[in-house]
Amino acid sequence: MGKRVAKEVSIAVADAVAQCRVDVISAYPITPQTHIVEHLAELVNNGELDAEYIPVESEHAAMSACIGAAAAGARTFTSTSSQGLLFMYENLPIASAFRLPIVMVIANRSISAPISIWNDHSDVMTTRDFGWIQTFAENGQEAVDLVYHAYRVAEKCLLPVAVNLDGFIVTHVVEPIEMLDQELVDKYLPPLKMKYKLDPKKPITMGAIGVPEIYTEAKKALDEAVKASYKMVVQAWKEFEKISGRRYQPVETYRMEDAEVAMVIMGSLAETACNAVDELRAKGKKVGLIRFRLWRPFPMQDFLKAIGRVKALCVVDRAVSHASTGGPVGIEVRSALYQSNKRPRVVNFIAGLSGRDVTKDDFIELFERTFEAISKKPKFSYEIYGVKE
Amino acid sequence: MPKDQGLMSWKELAPGMYILEPGNSAKFKTGDWRSHRPVLDKEKCIKCGQCYLLCPEPAYEPNEEGYYICNLYYCKGCGICAAICPKGAITMVLEEA
Amino acid sequence: MLVEIRIHGRGGQGGVTSAELIAISAIHQGKYAQAFPSFGPERRGAPVQAFARISDSRIRTREKIYNPDVILVLDASLPKIVKVTQGLNEDGIAILNTSYSEKEVREMLGGYKGKLALLDATKIALEVLGLPITNTTMLGAFIKATGLVDLEAMKDALRERFGRLADKNIAALERAIAETKIY
Repeated sequence: MGKRVAKEVSIAVADAVAQCRVDVISAYPITPQTHIVEHLAELVNNGELDAEYIPVESEHAAMSACIGAAAAGARTFTSTSSQGLLFMYENLPIASAFRLPIVMVIANRSISAPISIWNDHSDVMTTRDFGWIQTFAENGQEAVDLVYHAYRVAEKCLLPVAVNLDGFIVTHVVEPIEMLDQELVDKYLPPLKMKYKLDPKKPITMGAIGVPEIYTEAKKALDEAVKASYKMVVQAWKEFEKISGRRYQPVETYRMEDAEVAMVIMGSLAETACNAVDELRAKGKKVGLIRFRLWRPFPMQDFLKAIGRVKALCVVDRAVSHASTGGPVGIEVRSALYQSNKRPRVVNFIAGLSGRDVTKDDFIELFERTFEAISKKPKFSYEIYGVKE
Repeated sequence: MPKDQGLMSWKELAPGMYILEPGNSAKFKTGDWRSHRPVLDKEKCIKCGQCYLLCPEPAYEPNEEGYYICNLYYCKGCGICAAICPKGAITMVLEEA
Repeated sequence: MLVEIRIHGRGGQGGVTSAELIAISAIHQGKYAQAFPSFGPERRGAPVQAFARISDSRIRTREKIYNPDVILVLDASLPKIVKVTQGLNEDGIAILNTSYSEKEVREMLGGYKGKLALLDATKIALEVLGLPITNTTMLGAFIKATGLVDLEAMKDALRERFGRLADKNIAALERAIAETKIY
């Protein structure tokens, strides 16, 4: 068993990264990610972590440095939020296409304008199609565990992994966290050995042109690799359970037995939503909750199994996909259902933008509106919830 | 409808579409793009090497005598060497069909 | 049982540190706890809040705190500009740094009738620490008034946070426990 500590989640996440014995960290500070990289810089500066910390002039450079370092065979880390992630944008698909096991923690924050430092998922949702493996943490413990897991998966699959945690409402909270003992981390994460890397003694080319005669095959190969990573994601959680006793799966369910209405959500607001489930269950309402821990590769079969025989799904998105058919999760869920024979009503709300609090009572209201939608089809394909008219 | 325009199966690609053989671009033949071929008059050549420096391929290599010889495997027939030669030692000659 | 705490201070007075020390002490005692700032830019001197939750079982919420059971006011001048008792549970307790009497404080709080704990923390901080920084002193009042965390656990947390400066802070905290009056 590891040590139970009381720590700000950002600090615990940075400590976990250090336990993973990263070789290269390159990052640019941005709220609310700052404490993570500050603490790593401190560990390197104090000589507690033997790594290169590359301070850079921008997030674009941070991702470039990670790509270069990972291509040379280094275990790398970066972290960012919001505009920082968007500034990295053009390098993100290169990291995955180059099959580099970079790990990035995204302290999720809304995107400008208007400028906002508070939490939602609108930053990461712009990057969902890039072939990065993406996981979402519910709390500090999970954030730390997903960091260990990210390195295990990244290096087994040779794909970059983004661990998402909600800015402020997870990153800035002091809570009890059990850190893994160093020897267990070392057992879980043997030193990185890459079969192909940039090495002057054995030169190879990365980033050759993809002419029309080869680009399609390159994309197909990446697509198959990302799909195939699902098995390793699950396998790495099983291995993690053996050393930590903590069990993780791609899709988490809460009180879904005989549920008629299920809420679908990602990230830390699921914790608050669980209280709404408990309260409604106490009143005899058959409600449950489904949370995607794994977002890419999309765990379709787990999701279809999790929904059981629900009559309606209340999908709570934390990002807007303007004038589309729903929020990012809503679109995904509807699309997944279309490939099955299940046809629950999908009611899609967008809530908690820019850190606006979503309380237990809000979740109860969303559940109630979803119950109404079972008999009466809503007139909207998605609704931004809680707007002051 | 054209089908299967690919060079190779996606399963045969190295991960990340890496090229595992260093310097394999040397194998790429550009000599068959040529309609005119450069011919050197050694009487006029002063071995200044401007053809060698300015050839975009680069197809020119010096030989033991110090002359710069064009490798026709790579030469695209652009004529830059002939245009730049200060002594008019290089002439572009039409390739026979 | 879940107890929710709201701390009022001014930016730079250590309100967030107080919340963290409460949570750290509780966690070290084997309890569950959360501490968090009012999320946003940090503003020195401006009235700010920090929050903590303590429970015997896992805390499963990310809501802000609207109806605290305990409020802790670090700065004596704050009640005049901020309604510090806003949302306080009926059986909750307000813990204030003040040199005023119980009667005067109740008036200042707009006829507040609930539980009250008072301490002239500024005086103690000036005498013991030589600075008008009251956060650790007020933690003594918090321990005395609520008993939510053990003195020893708090001392450990202070040592961990302040290193060689911990002793003075512990002295201020212990004096606060002796001098806090509960009404």
